[in-house]
Amino acid sequence: MTVRKAVSTRTASTPRRAPVTPAPKNRVILRLYVAGTTPNSTRAILAARKLCQEHLDGLYRLEVIDIYQRPRLARDEQIVAVPTLVKRLPPPLRRLVGDLSVSERVLIGLDLRDTTKN
Amino acid sequence: MKSTSAATAPRSPGLAKVSSGIPGLDDITDGGLPKGRSTLVCGGAGSGKTLFAIEFLVHGARRFDEPGVLMAFDETANDLIQNVASLGFGLPDLIRRKKFLIDFVRVEAAEILETGEYDLEGLFVRLGHAIDSIGAKRVALDSLETLFAGLSNTAILRSELRRLFRWMKDRGVTSVITAERGEGTLTRHGLEEYISDCVVLLDHRVHNQVATRRLRIVKYRGSHHGADEFPFLIGDHGLVVLPITSLGLTHVAGTERVSSGVPRLDQMLGGKGYFRGSSILVSGTAGTGKTSFSAHLVDAACRRGERSLIFLFEESPSQLIRNMQSIGVDLSRWVEMDRLRIYAARPTLHGLETHLATMHQVTAEFQPHVVAVDPVTNLAAAGTLQEAKSLLIRLIDHFKERQITAFFTSLTHGEQHEESTDIGISSLMDTWLLIRELETNGERNRVLYLLKSRGMSHSNQVREFRLTDNGIDLIDVYVGPGVVLTGTARLAQEARDRAEELDRRQAFLKRKHDLDQRRQALQSQLGALQLEHRSIEEELQTTLAQESAWFDTQRANRIDLARVRQADPARMPMNGNESPAGRARPTRGSGKSKKGAGQ
Repeated sequence: MTVRKAVSTRTASTPRRAPVTPAPKNRVILRLYVAGTTPNSTRAILAARKLCQEHLDGLYRLEVIDIYQRPRLARDEQIVAVPTLVKRLPPPLRRLVGDLSVSERVLIGLDLRDTTKN
Repeated sequence: MKSTSAATAPRSPGLAKVSSGIPGLDDITDGGLPKGRSTLVCGGAGSGKTLFAIEFLVHGARRFDEPGVLMAFDETANDLIQNVASLGFGLPDLIRRKKFLIDFVRVEAAEILETGEYDLEGLFVRLGHAIDSIGAKRVALDSLETLFAGLSNTAILRSELRRLFRWMKDRGVTSVITAERGEGTLTRHGLEEYISDCVVLLDHRVHNQVATRRLRIVKYRGSHHGADEFPFLIGDHGLVVLPITSLGLTHVAGTERVSSGVPRLDQMLGGKGYFRGSSILVSGTAGTGKTSFSAHLVDAACRRGERSLIFLFEESPSQLIRNMQSIGVDLSRWVEMDRLRIYAARPTLHGLETHLATMHQVTAEFQPHVVAVDPVTNLAAAGTLQEAKSLLIRLIDHFKERQITAFFTSLTHGEQHEESTDIGISSLMDTWLLIRELETNGERNRVLYLLKSRGMSHSNQVREFRLTDNGIDLIDVYVGPGVVLTGTARLAQEARDRAEELDRRQAFLKRKHDLDQRRQALQSQLGALQLEHRSIEEELQTTLAQESAWFDTQRANRIDLARVRQADPARMPMNGNESPAGRARPTRGSGKSKKGAGQ
């Protein structure tokens, strides 16, 4: 499934602290589905970006998708609640529903706790 | 049915409705579900909620060109399509023609982690997109409560659902929302608080190990609706609701007659048989020949070229055919010609309501003229007596409304085969035949009474009937002073009567003969007497003549003597003119005058 719109909103991987954690074999692919520019959407986008920058350190790809623009994708991706952050890779698939304000839970959901400790 | 409900209850003005597509439901709801509003369908697991929703959509898509969207939360599109494939909805075709759309909404609790504030805009977007893509007028959400299993923030869910219903109303789609039944509440998560226009409750109840489906309109804002629990059936073509109790007593009573198949019985029924469209009950103990009467009626109908339907609750069709062949009624040929259908089921196969629904459906399909139910009393085994009675009332109504002549056999038990039936339906019947077995002299004989037959003159006589190789044979019973005799007792009595009659006749003949003889004897005596009388008469005549002759001679002698003595002419006897009269006068007179003359 191609993600055209995502190109504009994608936060490109930033190779800032490149050689910290293990080799780039576990690349994290995230998609954040939001509905327009509601406060929830804005908060979620900011939180997601911050999270990626702080914890994933370049080994991720984050796409932000507006379901108003792409309703079919919302169906195909089984989006019910928004915002939803979908972790497509690595498995297992996870859906983080909400504005990502509870960062503890976000980290658990993305299996990033170990990474932070390392 | 539709016309009936329209006639009895005019559609409430102001509230637009859409047909639900479920046979019978539109009658109860007085036209269907509220247009542009939401209807909540709640019920336990397996109560038919999903089918209700799908049928609502399919019906709209097929008949009213109202495309429908199904948001399925529990089953995938493929599963749903397969599940209803046997019901003939043709979902794949409707989907291809963009009349139907299934969006499977997967809410997997294991995948979901809540991380803060959210809303259900995703659902709105998907639904909106689905509606727009096919121009849907109908929407079904099956079942929304799955959301509660996947998402834990009920405060958000509730407010979002409230928003969803309002949103759907704004969009003008008519929707059906299904929800699981809760403990003590209509739905587990209280959806009825938000959807209050129309609430339908589906129930799947097990009583005595027999399950029965029922439907009830809990509320319907702004509309008249049936408030009872209505049985419904998931049949070969989906849900069927039976709004039978909503019918009034409005059936037309015809005057056409149909033969009972037994000529003597027709004679008893005013000479013409039963009324068409009437209900006939025959009751009796086991083995009295009730089924034979129904077979005769069916046979007679098939001979007229009509269609008949037999519901059997005791025997298998082939058993019935074999048994009836033994009394000379060949039903198999009617089955081959498809004039007769025999539907056999164990009463305990399913609940009463399901039986009723099945009977309705079979009747609707075959359109019979005559229906026999054998025996109705067995239906009580599938439920309580009260239920069985209510079923029969509705069944009888159903048949009457369609001018179907209905024949019911009722098995009565034991010695108390009084004039009542076990399930108290006799009062509903137009014609009631009662078969009794009389046990006398070491044998049982069947007698038939006609307890009632509304609207026709009918015989009050008891008839004995026999099952012969050529069917039912009705015979007059022996009715003597104070006794009714049947069977060999009747034959014996008849023989006795004949002997008695012979005796009497012989005695009579003998007496007649005696009298004749006496008469003849008297006759001959009479002849002899007459002869004697005649001879006496003759003798008398002779004597008279002699006397007269003697007198004449005497007088002549006296005259001669006087002439000789020259006596006075005055002393002479009277002239000759008087002599005949004088001769006729008693002889003594003449004698006196003779003596006087002598002195």
